[in-house]
Amino acid sequence: MSAPVFDVVQQQFATVTGEFHLSHGTLVIVLHPTALLDAVRRLRSEFGFDLLLDVTAVDWPGQALRFEVVYHFYSTTHRVRVRLKTRVREADPTVDSLVPLFGSANFMERECHDMYGIVFRGNPDQRPILLYEGFAGHPLRKDYPKQQEQPLVPYRT
Amino acid sequence: MIPIQAPSARSPAFEYLSTKKDELVGWARKFSLFPYPFVTACCAMEFMSVSSTPYDTDRFGAALPRFSPRQSDLLMVVGTLTHKQAPILLKVYEQMCEPKWVMAFGACATSGGFYQNYAAVAGIDKIIPVDIYVPGCPPRPETVIDAIMMLQDRIARSQHFIVNDKF
Repeated sequence: MSAPVFDVVQQQFATVTGEFHLSHGTLVIVLHPTALLDAVRRLRSEFGFDLLLDVTAVDWPGQALRFEVVYHFYSTTHRVRVRLKTRVREADPTVDSLVPLFGSANFMERECHDMYGIVFRGNPDQRPILLYEGFAGHPLRKDYPKQQEQPLVPYRT
Repeated sequence: MIPIQAPSARSPAFEYLSTKKDELVGWARKFSLFPYPFVTACCAMEFMSVSSTPYDTDRFGAALPRFSPRQSDLLMVVGTLTHKQAPILLKVYEQMCEPKWVMAFGACATSGGFYQNYAAVAGIDKIIPVDIYVPGCPPRPETVIDAIMMLQDRIARSQHFIVNDKF
């Protein structure tokens, strides 16, 4: 199932400290946050991964590196996907923004900022996109109470 | 010799009609419902179905949607209401002139449906008063028509504020 481009990517990325494996036919690369921007730049320019599909995060409560930020890329020439993962601490959930490389990252990073509180360094606009101004907390974090509402209009009694 | 013409028989048609003012106004109002569709979610599909020809809500005088709240008197809230949307719904409701009625169309508008989380309001009656609830996910057109007829009954039976000693 492994696409030829995956082997090339793994060989070329040998200098980058990262972890590589295949998952359901998709190459998964686990990176340190500092190596992220450079790796994405190389994936785009050298290997043809020219479409950013998604930016999201996973909350692993209780782990030292609590948040896992996940990126999905697609190559329109090789027709395969690659998944990039990077882990950040709860105290400083900051990763570099991909907006300089992919304009489409803007809205997805804003959503991820809404839902998980990941800070994207370099994103010019981190206002809420799906939530509203004044919403406290991040609803997709595991410690957000499941039924906690924050109404904008006072309820009728 | 010309025969004298017999006086004609009295016309069987009504020459006068007795009613109560409240009933007269209610009768007029119940057949001129102008719905404002506040459509937010998938129930819209069923709303389109019920307002199309096979179900013919024009029979109830409720066929012509007005897309300005100031010209309508039946607010149909069709679909899930989120907290972000709640101020907009309240503003639309407050822009409508009296007399006005509100229909909660579908499970989400009625009670929040299966949404119990940070995003959804558990029923629009937490924000605005509701006259009639239509259950179903989504409701069948027959259910909606039943609700319109029940609302008409209520309008016909209710007291109307324009009926006073000067009317």
